[in-house]
Amino acid sequence: MAFLFFRRLVQIALILLGVAAITFLLLYALPADPARMIAGRSATAQTVANIRRELGLDQPFLVQFWTYLTNLLQGNLGRSYAQKTDVATLIVARLPATLTLMLAGIVVEVMLGLLLGTIAAVRRGGIVDRLVMMASFVGVSAPQFVVALLLLYVFAATLGWFPMSGYGTFAHVVLPALTLGVLGAGWYARMVRSAMIDVLNQDYVRTARAKGLSARRIIFRHALPNAILPIIAMIGIDIGQFMGGVVVVEAVYGWPGIGQLAWQAIQQVDIPIIMGVTLTSALAIVLGNLLADLIAPVIDPRIRTR
Amino acid sequence: MFKRWLRQTTVATMVALAPMAAMAQSVTQGGDVVVTFKDDVTTLDPAIGYDWNNWSMIKSLFSRLMDYEPGTSKLVPSLAESFTVSPDGLTYTFKLRKGVKFSNGREMVASDVKYSIERAVDPKTQGPGAGFFGAIKGHEDLTAGKATGLEGITTPDAGTVVFTLSRPDATFLHVMAINFASVVPKEAVEAAGGDFGKKPVGSGTFTLKEWTIGQRLVFEKNPNYYVKDMPHVDKFTVEVGQEPLVALLRLQKGEVDIAGDGIPPAKFLEIKNSADGAKMIVDGEQLHTGYVTLNTKVKPFDNVKVRQAMNMAINKDRITRILNGRATPANQPLPPAMPGYDKGFKGYAYDVAKAKALLAEAGFPNGFETVLYSTNTDPQPRIAQAIQQDLAAVGVKAEVRALAQANVIAAGGTEGEAPMIWSGGMAWIADFPDASNFYGPILGCAGAVPGGWNWSWYCNKDLDARAVAADSMSDPAKGAERTAAWGKVFTDIMADAPWIPVINERRVVAKSMRMGGGDNIYIDPTRVINYDAIYVTK
Repeated sequence: MAFLFFRRLVQIALILLGVAAITFLLLYALPADPARMIAGRSATAQTVANIRRELGLDQPFLVQFWTYLTNLLQGNLGRSYAQKTDVATLIVARLPATLTLMLAGIVVEVMLGLLLGTIAAVRRGGIVDRLVMMASFVGVSAPQFVVALLLLYVFAATLGWFPMSGYGTFAHVVLPALTLGVLGAGWYARMVRSAMIDVLNQDYVRTARAKGLSARRIIFRHALPNAILPIIAMIGIDIGQFMGGVVVVEAVYGWPGIGQLAWQAIQQVDIPIIMGVTLTSALAIVLGNLLADLIAPVIDPRIRTR
Repeated sequence: MFKRWLRQTTVATMVALAPMAAMAQSVTQGGDVVVTFKDDVTTLDPAIGYDWNNWSMIKSLFSRLMDYEPGTSKLVPSLAESFTVSPDGLTYTFKLRKGVKFSNGREMVASDVKYSIERAVDPKTQGPGAGFFGAIKGHEDLTAGKATGLEGITTPDAGTVVFTLSRPDATFLHVMAINFASVVPKEAVEAAGGDFGKKPVGSGTFTLKEWTIGQRLVFEKNPNYYVKDMPHVDKFTVEVGQEPLVALLRLQKGEVDIAGDGIPPAKFLEIKNSADGAKMIVDGEQLHTGYVTLNTKVKPFDNVKVRQAMNMAINKDRITRILNGRATPANQPLPPAMPGYDKGFKGYAYDVAKAKALLAEAGFPNGFETVLYSTNTDPQPRIAQAIQQDLAAVGVKAEVRALAQANVIAAGGTEGEAPMIWSGGMAWIADFPDASNFYGPILGCAGAVPGGWNWSWYCNKDLDARAVAADSMSDPAKGAERTAAWGKVFTDIMADAPWIPVINERRVVAKSMRMGGGDNIYIDPTRVINYDAIYVTK
C-alpha cells in the first residue's frame, strides 16, 4: 500500500511536469506578445523591447522554461505581468471562494443526483423515471449562463430571497451552488440510475427481498452503497473541474473565484497567472482522483484485494 | 399674437435656462457610492496602470503638475501653482503648490516630481508610458539603460521643478497631466517592495482604504486634499467581477450607483424606453474613432484607388444601428470632440456604384478576395460581418477572421500579415485631448514597424514633417494655428485613404437616480468617470 501510494505521488509529479511543459509551450507558441499587451498603444518600440527584456521574454524557449521550472520547484509561481503581484498571492486570495463553491456545488449535485437517480431506478420504466430522465437531460444540456441568470432573476432580483451578487455569507453561496448542482445533478442521476438498476437485479438483492426486508432497507442499506462507486470517481473529476474555475457561474454571481482570474489573464496574455491557475487545477484534478481512489477501497472491500 | 409670442419666448427661455437650473442644483458633500466593473482592477501603480477602469481611479488617487477642469479638456495647473515656458519652448519651469501632503503624511517636494517621472521612464518599472516623456532631455539614455535618471529634470529648490527638452513639444503640458506623470513618494514605493500597485500612496482626492482581491476596493476621501470641497463623496466602493447585466439589475434595485461597464446592447432599448431608465443612462461622446485599416503593403491595398473604393463601399449608418445608435458615422480619423476636427469635411460618401467604378478603374472589375480581422467579443464580429456584406456588394470577398484581441494586435504588427483590420474593441481612444495623439503611433511612420500600431503600414514622409512642425508650435499663442495645422493633416491623409474611418462610438454609463452631476462627469473626456466631481443628491 505504501509503495502504491509512493508510485502515485511520482505519477502526480510527472503529470504536473507534463502539464507545465505543454501549457508553457502552447503559451510560447501563441502569436500574441505579452510585452505588447502591457505596453499598450502609445508605447514606442523601445518601451516594448525594454519590457520584453525585463520579463525575460527575449530568451530562448528552453531558457524561459528552465527558469520557470526552477522557480516553481522553489515554490515560486512568478509575478503577474499585468498586476505586478505574486501569482501565488492572487491564487491564494481566491482559493477560499473557489473551495467553498466547489464543495457546495458538489454537495448539491450529489444529493440531488442520488435522490433522483434512486427514484428513477426503483420506478424504472414508469412515468416518474421518464420525467426524471428528461429533467436530467435538460439539466446536463442547459447552458450555465441561462440557468444562472434565471435563478438570479427569480430568487434574487424578483423574490429577493438571496443577495444578487458577492461572497461572504451562507446566503451568497446558495444560488451559485444551486446552479452548479442543478446542472451537474443530471449526470449523477443517470449514473446512479444505471448503477442501481444493475445492483437491484443482483442475486443478493433478490435474497434480501425474499428475507422480507423492507424496500427502504434494501435500497438504502444494501443497494445504494454498492452503486455508489462510480459516483466517488465522478466526484474526483468534479473537484478538478470546479477548482479550475467555473467562469460563467462566477461571472454571473460576482463570485471571486479562480475562474475569473484565469479568464482575465487569458485576455491579457498574463502567462504567469495562466500557468499558475492551470497547475492549480491540474493539481486539484490529480488529487481529486487520488482521493477517489483512496476512498473506493474503504467503501468497496473487493477493490482492496486487487 | 402677443400671447403666442409670450408663450414661445417663455418656452424658449425655459429651455435655455433648464441646463442652468440643473447646474444650480447644489452640489452636496458626503455620501457613499458603489461602482461596479466586470474586470478586476489590475494595478493602481500610476507608472503601470493603463486600463480604462483603473485609469480614472489612478487619476483620483494621485495628483500631477497639471490636470483638467472636471468634465472638460481644459488644462489647469494642479500640483503646480504656476508655470512658465521659455520662448524657444524648450524649458518649462513649474512652481509647486505649498503644503501638499502625501497620504503617508509627508510633504510633497520637487524631488518627488523628478523621481516619479524618472520611475515612469525607467525600463525596470516595465511601464507602458515611457514614450510619452520622449522630449525630456536624457530620455534615450535612461531607456537604453545608459543613465539612471533624466538630466532634463532639475530641482533648483524644494518648490521648483525645471524641465529641459531636447525638442519642442507642444503636448508637453498634456504629458504633465497624464497618469504616468503622477507624483509618488519614493519611500512608499520602496517600502511596498514591488507591490506599490496594490499599496498606492499619493496626494490625490482619495486614498485606498481596502483592497480585497477579486472583490472590492474601497476609496476614502482625502481630508487634506488641497482644493476645498473636493472631492464631494466621502467614499466610493468599486466592486469587481460584476457581470454588466447583473450590475444593471442591482442598479435598478438601488444596490449600485454607477454600472461602469454601461448597459449591455440587449438591454439598451428596454432601459432607454422605460420611464426612469432614460434618467439612468449617461450617453456621452468620447475621443474615439473606430476604423478599418487598409494595409498599404498588401495587394491590392497598395493601390490608392482600391483604398478609396473601400471607403465608399461601407454603409456606416447600418453599423451605427448595430450599436443601437450609440455611435455616429465617421469620415476622418479625428473624433468630433477633438480639437482640430473638421466639421466641413465630407470624406467619402457611401456610394456603391462609384466604388465599383473605381475598382474597375484600378483593374479589379470583378473584385478580389481578402481577409478582414476582428476581435471576437460581441458586437465586433457582427460589425465585421456587416462590413463583409458591404464589401460583397462591390464584389470583394472578405473572409472574417475573429480572434482574441492579443492575436489581432499581433497580426496587425506583423508586416504583410493582415490586409484589413476592424479596430472595434481596441480602437483608438485618446490618451489626452490633443490631435497629435491620433497620429504618431497609428498613422505616422514611427508606428509602421514590426510590433507597431500603424496597421495600415502607411508612411508619408511629407505628413510626418508637417506633424513634427505642428508639434513644435509650443507657444500657447499659436494654439489655434497649431490645431488647424493638425486638422489639415488628418483631412489630407484621407486623400491616401489608409483607413476607412467608420464610426465614433459614444460611451454609455448607467447611474442611479440619486447621483448628481452632468453627463460629462461620468464620461469625462480625460478620465472616463470623474470620481472627484460626482456627488449624491439625497
